[in-house]
Amino acid sequence: MSPQVAGQIELFLQVVIAGVLLGGLYALIGLGMSLIMGVMRIINLAHGELMMVAMYITFWGFTLWKVDPYVSLLAVLPVMFLLGVAIQKFLISPVMATDTILPENQVLLTVGVGMVLSNLALIFFSANYRSVPVSYASKTIYWDVAVGGQTISLSFNFPFLVAFGIALLLGGALFLFLSRTDTGRMIRATAQDKRAAALMGINTERITVITFGLGAALVGAAGTLLAPVYYLYPQIGHPFTPKAFIITVLGGMGNVAGAVVGGLVLGLAESLGSVYVSLGYKDALGFVIFVLVLIFMPNGLLGKSKA
Amino acid sequence: MPKKLLFLLPLVLVAVLPLFWTNPYVLHMLILCMMWSVLGQSWNLLGGYTGQVSFGHAAFFGIGAYSAALLVNGQGIPPARAWLGLGLGGVTAVLLAVFIGWVCFRLRGPYFALSVMALSEVLHLIAINWKDVTNGAEGVLFIPAFNDKKYYYWIVLALAVTNFVCIKYVMKSKLGLYFLAIREDQDAAESLGINTTVYKLASLLISAFFTGVAGAFYFNYMGFIDPGIVFDTAKISVMMILVTMLGGAATLAGPAVGAVLYILVSEILRAWLGQGHLVFFGVLIIVIILFFPNGIVGTWKDRQARKAKGAAAAGVTTTGGGA
Amino acid sequence: MKVLEVDGVSRRFGGLMAVADLTFHLNKGEVLGVIGPNGAGKTTVFNLINGYFPPTKGTIKFKGERIDGLKPHTVCHKGIARTFQVVKPLQRLTVEENVMASAFVKTNRTAEARRIAGEWISFTGMDAWKDREARGLPLGMRKRLEMARALATRPEVLLLDENFAGLNHSEVEATIGIVRKIHESGISILIIEHNMKVIMSVSHRLIAISYGEKITEGTPDEVANHPQVIEAYLGAAHV
Repeated sequence: MSPQVAGQIELFLQVVIAGVLLGGLYALIGLGMSLIMGVMRIINLAHGELMMVAMYITFWGFTLWKVDPYVSLLAVLPVMFLLGVAIQKFLISPVMATDTILPENQVLLTVGVGMVLSNLALIFFSANYRSVPVSYASKTIYWDVAVGGQTISLSFNFPFLVAFGIALLLGGALFLFLSRTDTGRMIRATAQDKRAAALMGINTERITVITFGLGAALVGAAGTLLAPVYYLYPQIGHPFTPKAFIITVLGGMGNVAGAVVGGLVLGLAESLGSVYVSLGYKDALGFVIFVLVLIFMPNGLLGKSKA
Repeated sequence: MPKKLLFLLPLVLVAVLPLFWTNPYVLHMLILCMMWSVLGQSWNLLGGYTGQVSFGHAAFFGIGAYSAALLVNGQGIPPARAWLGLGLGGVTAVLLAVFIGWVCFRLRGPYFALSVMALSEVLHLIAINWKDVTNGAEGVLFIPAFNDKKYYYWIVLALAVTNFVCIKYVMKSKLGLYFLAIREDQDAAESLGINTTVYKLASLLISAFFTGVAGAFYFNYMGFIDPGIVFDTAKISVMMILVTMLGGAATLAGPAVGAVLYILVSEILRAWLGQGHLVFFGVLIIVIILFFPNGIVGTWKDRQARKAKGAAAAGVTTTGGGA
Repeated sequence: MKVLEVDGVSRRFGGLMAVADLTFHLNKGEVLGVIGPNGAGKTTVFNLINGYFPPTKGTIKFKGERIDGLKPHTVCHKGIARTFQVVKPLQRLTVEENVMASAFVKTNRTAEARRIAGEWISFTGMDAWKDREARGLPLGMRKRLEMARALATRPEVLLLDENFAGLNHSEVEATIGIVRKIHESGISILIIEHNMKVIMSVSHRLIAISYGEKITEGTPDEVANHPQVIEAYLGAAHV
């Protein structure tokens, strides 16, 4: 094999690896949204802003008290859970109950919430870029592979690798929670048929609140995991909300396995797209996929919700 | 007859205002008020009256602006090109609306809203990346045709009045009732003989047309386009919704009232808070949705209706259900 | 003359065969009653005729012309109107506006639509409710509104889906009167109804459906005494 071909293979594999690692993180972001949409049919346009909140918590934890991001996960998860619970209980639930001329008031409400969150961050923390400069931020793991007589060198970005691992762990934990615990089963029941679930004695109001909290916690975790590798500023959450939708729609609402697949697909598409097609338009690809999947495969790539 | 005079008199006053009050800042504020009134009314036609909530109307605003810009080369905007630009802005917005309608009306409710938003973001990205045509993220910069703001004042006033009269007339006609029927129950509307696809599209086209013209006006007036503004979901799309909701969706006066309040509040906040003043609008959206979902005009109308019902109940006899 | 012909129509939803090889016809000017236990597929038949979804198999003809696969608004324009079992009023519009919405099928002018609407509002005895918002109406009036709306499209065939459900005795009598008036005006009626007294008294013929299949058809007496019909409603022990 010639060095040029080996070089091409190396580039391709590298891009794929980057895409998969990114995809793991995306899966985490999408999981929260998928739960919320699948269980409550609520569209949360503040999803990215929730991630931003978690990132700032992580940032301040590190800056003020030198708490390592992976450790601060232990704090971020419950805090974000509570924030989600509060938003659902005090803001979203009341709106769901009222009947108004403009449908989609619930969606608009989340737009308002997102605006408040990102602008509060702007007011209190300014627009300056922040970073969480952990020692291992640029640590890379190398792996040399022999291919057809040539050696190609693949590099794995350490923080992304850890993020991928933790994302899988959290995803697995969520899966077990949904399938093995009583609360998990109640969530799945409410997702399938809210009225029937209520008639069978499930406190759907409480389940809704818990689910939103879970969704917020998951996207918060993604934010914390992202903190070592991304610059942080108030608007950072903005592009992640559409991504969460794309993943949710690709994987089928409420479908945990689907969200993971969706995340990986999106991560790969962006990675491949940015290298082989065009850097500027890579986000556009996501949007187009989103609309196409909504129209032609409303139940996602994997089919109906199996939570 | 006297009722029409009630509208005509303030209109005349508004029209002659710039002859007496020449403060450019005040004129600028009034121009923005009227432009946003057009934007609100246009969104309201599709969202409030037809029940199709779009989160991506910035697409039409932006494409209107860029269309007008494409007509111009050289340094300044010749007046003739400016007029042409207004028309072209409306036409391209309509063409875009045909495409967006064809794609997105297959979806209902929130999914329709999201898909329009997605396509609007795609346009945003195209505007930033297609540097040959749009000059990319740097935007477009020209010298406006007229020096004196009062000409723009009268142009946008004419636009606002045309827009208002058009929508008022539409809502009184068969078209308007069909829009309402679609909003209330799309499936029932279908079996009542309403081709919902066609009529939803009609609503979208009218809505997009005026939005596009407003976008072209924006370019002609400001002389520049920042793709990060004209195609922005938060600054344009969401604000169009806010203006309508604040004033009252599905009312004729609502968007106009909302527009004036929006500009007023915006200016005060910008001076006072500077960065992050949008936080107030976020809170406002939440408060409106939770407590005043029908907006200012809507809530006022509800109160009037309740008062009327109270008065009627005091003096009416129960009419039976049988025939 | 056969104004409506349903021929070998089947409709499947995933694994469920909601309507199976159904064949019947409606003669011009007659009132054909459709009876059957809950879930038999009666409303599905209406949805098929109305155009909400196409049949999986079979054809539906209106005055000899195929209408299966056409959209609901097209079917309406051709001359078939329906009411909904679970009423679908245009909530925030008044009764008058509701009926005007369907009256616009026959005209483009608002004044004319208002006139037509007024005609049918009187026909169904809703004059006193004309300016009330649909969402404030009691159930009986909402059911009437369904009829007034359907009639304002000037149909030749009217599909009535359980218009009597939930009505009290005097409302039932009044509505029977309206149905008779509709029949006298020349409109052919296909009526689904659980209230046996009503359907026996207004129908010229009956067909009975169970599990998506036609059990039998004939005069009201023939059908009511048919063993399979009795079995479908009351169980085998009662035959």
